[in-house]
Amino acid sequence: MIEVNDIHKSFGDSKILKGISTTFEKGKTNLVIGQSGSGKTVFLKTLLGLFEPDQGSIIYDGTDYSDLTPDEKSDLRSKMGMVFQGSALFDSMTIAENVKFPLRMFTKQSKSEMNDRVDLVLKRVNLDDAHNKLPSEASGGMQKRVAIARAIVNQPRFLFCDEPNSGLDPRTATVIDNLIQEITHEYDITTIINTHDMNSVMEIGQKIIFLKNGIKEWEGSNKNIFKTDNEAVTDFVYSSDLFKRVQKMYLEEDM
Amino acid sequence: MSYLHNIGQYFLMIKAMFRKPTKWSVMRHLIFKDIDDLIINSLGIVAFIAFFVGGVVTIQTALNMTSPLIPKTLVGFATRQSVILEFAPTFISIIMAGKVGSFITSSIGTMRVTEQIDALEVMGINAINYLVFPKFVALMLYPFLISIAMFLGILGGLAASVIGGFVSLDDYIAGIQLDFIPFHVAYAFIKTFVFAFLLATIPSYYGYYMKGGALEVGKASTTSFVWTSVAIILLNYILTQMLLS
Repeated sequence: MIEVNDIHKSFGDSKILKGISTTFEKGKTNLVIGQSGSGKTVFLKTLLGLFEPDQGSIIYDGTDYSDLTPDEKSDLRSKMGMVFQGSALFDSMTIAENVKFPLRMFTKQSKSEMNDRVDLVLKRVNLDDAHNKLPSEASGGMQKRVAIARAIVNQPRFLFCDEPNSGLDPRTATVIDNLIQEITHEYDITTIINTHDMNSVMEIGQKIIFLKNGIKEWEGSNKNIFKTDNEAVTDFVYSSDLFKRVQKMYLEEDM
Repeated sequence: MSYLHNIGQYFLMIKAMFRKPTKWSVMRHLIFKDIDDLIINSLGIVAFIAFFVGGVVTIQTALNMTSPLIPKTLVGFATRQSVILEFAPTFISIIMAGKVGSFITSSIGTMRVTEQIDALEVMGINAINYLVFPKFVALMLYPFLISIAMFLGILGGLAASVIGGFVSLDDYIAGIQLDFIPFHVAYAFIKTFVFAFLLATIPSYYGYYMKGGALEVGKASTTSFVWTSVAIILLNYILTQMLLS
């Protein structure tokens, strides 16, 4: 579980996060949504420890990040898995080497133990025959699945995903969303996903927070996002015709 | 102010390079890879340039010594001094600032642009140690490259003098043995180690702290070449003043 208490973050004169508080529960897919420039990425990078908040605290499973020494912070980070928007695979390594990398860095496992674990995880993301390919030889969807495999190979306690299905076709995006949700439940981890994809919101948004101009504007789940009367949320959600039709459908159901 | 900021950040990067070391089993592979990329892959160009520039130094010296009072052995002597004292350690380093320096900046810069460095940091890895330290260790073999440049520069001079008929083989050999001061070789290698450090760290700095996209990677490579060259030239002057005067 991650508890966020009143975090603020500025870069020079520009205030990006203006006092966000929330709780992300274990075993749930927590979504952070909002328009571009709303502070989602800064919020995620602050949760990852890449940015120090100017004010406020972040508590990971009862441990306040600001109380930790630099080495303890690094240790905590090794318990985090991250799926970057652009996958961020190491292009000089094969897919299997990319997935094995956290094991080589942080465990004392033998080569065969590591290979077994890599096989298992690649199988879990349906990539059992891609071991020796380079990232440049893999499609966008495959790269995302490799990034997920690398993020979970060392059994993290927290999984962060920054727009995991951006640039993917709707079918592959759904596969990635479902994979993340299944892994969250299977490994019982705290997962936080940054997205502005409404399909993801509908599919896997067990908890959603909506950011606008660095402020948490709304909090809820995919069950009630279509029923909220918060103007900022409805503006965001119904910005496409498709979702206007979805709203109509929901309202008709209620009647 | 930005110069001071950059200098301060550069020294903090060097400090971070020695903190929280990467596991040796991983680091060993990175070092061997960087030795291959930075040293072995530079052998060809260094050998080619050293041999022909050594030849040109000999031809220029021979052509400019028209007085019959000047002994012919001076051609070999001048070539040896030029190659050992300046050409091999300093000018090869400037060339390497272009070849190796831009390779380091662009490879680390591309990792920054594609969030690979963020991925390392998120995993709790000291990315500076992981990326810069192996390059620093690999470039400690740089004096090996400079030794080859020295040897081939003098050999190139010999070939030019004999083939061009400027000086006889015996005069050239006598010239390169004339008034030999072993400390000059030590001076050249002291400079080489300092330049190796600059070649590893300045391009890494510009790659690591770059911001932006692909265009900025190119700009960072150019900036890193300029500042590495400036640092080499300045330190060459300071070291020469300190060690030889």
